[in-house]
Amino acid sequence: MSTVISANKLSLTFETNDGPVHALADVDLEINAGEFVSFIGPSGCGKTTFLRVVADLEQPTGGTISVNGMSPDEARLKRAYGYVFQAPALLPWRTVEKNAALPLEIMGKDRAEIAEHVKRTLEMVNLAGFEKKFPWQLSGGMQQRASIARALAFDADLLLMDEPFGALDEIVRDHLNEQLLKLWADTRKTICFVTHSIPEAVYLSTKIVVMSPRPGRVIDVIQSSLPAERPLDIRETPEFLEIAHRVREGLKAGHSYEE
Amino acid sequence: MYQGKTLPVLTVLGVILAAWYVFAVVLNTPWQLGVYERSGVTEWSNAQFISDTLNQKRPVLPSAHQVAVEIWNTTVLKAPTSRRSLVFHAWITLSATLLGFTIGTVLGIMLAVGIVHSRAMDKSLMPWIVASQTIPILAIAPMIIVVLNAVGISGVLPKALISTYLSFFPVAVGMVKGFRAPEQIQLDLMHTYAASKAQLFWKLRWPTSLPYLFTSMKIAIAISLVGAIVGELPTGAVAGLGARLLSGSYYGQTVQIWSALFMAAALAAILVSLVGLAQRITEKRMGGAPA
Repeated sequence: MSTVISANKLSLTFETNDGPVHALADVDLEINAGEFVSFIGPSGCGKTTFLRVVADLEQPTGGTISVNGMSPDEARLKRAYGYVFQAPALLPWRTVEKNAALPLEIMGKDRAEIAEHVKRTLEMVNLAGFEKKFPWQLSGGMQQRASIARALAFDADLLLMDEPFGALDEIVRDHLNEQLLKLWADTRKTICFVTHSIPEAVYLSTKIVVMSPRPGRVIDVIQSSLPAERPLDIRETPEFLEIAHRVREGLKAGHSYEE
Repeated sequence: MYQGKTLPVLTVLGVILAAWYVFAVVLNTPWQLGVYERSGVTEWSNAQFISDTLNQKRPVLPSAHQVAVEIWNTTVLKAPTSRRSLVFHAWITLSATLLGFTIGTVLGIMLAVGIVHSRAMDKSLMPWIVASQTIPILAIAPMIIVVLNAVGISGVLPKALISTYLSFFPVAVGMVKGFRAPEQIQLDLMHTYAASKAQLFWKLRWPTSLPYLFTSMKIAIAISLVGAIVGELPTGAVAGLGARLLSGSYYGQTVQIWSALFMAAALAAILVSLVGLAQRITEKRMGGAPA
């Protein structure tokens, strides 16, 4: 399997008025093509920061990182990844289809190509029929699905998702998790997924990266033994609970439940 | 559409009119007494006295119906091309207002674009833009007119430039805020797409700034009108609402002054509501999200 993301002794220290904050400290990580990788840990463990470094939204202060064998900056200019933020961040004056078309417009695709891509990706996230709606006319879950469609629209092989379902209720979240797994199975993209939720991480991932804060570092990397086919009730199997237990132990070891 | 608003509006209007007539009688009383004295009238009824105070030729405060009649006479009953027509003068002022407002809005937007995109312009220009508005317009207006006349520019442009001087300011300040209004998450999004500065501007900054633009333009168009009127004062009162105000005050024609004032107020109300209409149409086209 080819390596998509490779981090070597990656560090990032923010200089603040209260002194330096070590968001990432000596993070070593390899992510291969086609993996679904979850990053889990308490606030301040650097999971979002790691994603933002991959996306060239933050600059590391130490170590090296490559994305598709390039620097994050080069990878960004080549539009190597789609990024889904915590909030949908849809442009309120654009309809759903126009929002999904935004990256394609910026990349200078022609009209026909844009229309075709948008149609396909909106179907993928089950938003067919809502093309002409404005974001405020959609529920939170639908808005986030529209933002996922936008990230998928230009066929990047890497999808970076920063707690995309964090603001949604449990039922919607379960539903979207199922859809996301199906989408991942259909497209074989590499997905990096930041979450707070242990069940979500275990349910979705082929690899779980457990992190701890101050300084942000990797505590444990768990290869999931769950089968590729995952109905929702897999979450009640002993295997699932065992992985969840190991994640919880990892989080405990990182002293994340103290303070 | 305005259900339930009619009664309160009419009530306020009624109160204002009543107060107006009371003040008219009170303020015009001394002159009326003088008139009676000079003409040897010694006895008069209250009704006669009130009627006389409300119908003087050059009252201190003209009554509402005098102003209404004057406006009727100088708009509907006069050809719009006549120099005695208030429509003619209003048009003179309006053309300077619109020209000045347009130049001012474009200038304000361009300044804001420069300020948002260049740190040097941000640091160097903003203090001057603010300082420009601390100079009283009454002081600078005659100088602009005189200087431009000296270099051979006359007519509508000098007046318009005074409107510009006033109107670019709210637009520049509003649009700097507007162009900086996109949220960080939206800026991050555009960054992940490797959008160019021009794309960032047209696809994010400009649409985000439009509510700020319309708010600024409402202020700008109203003060553009003020600027055009002020610009007409030092030109020797040739034409325009400002000229009507000035000649009215030269000759004690208070009725003429008040009708020009009402014309100016009506013009301002129409202009501001036209900007408001443009705003509503734009909002609708941009999805009409409830605020």
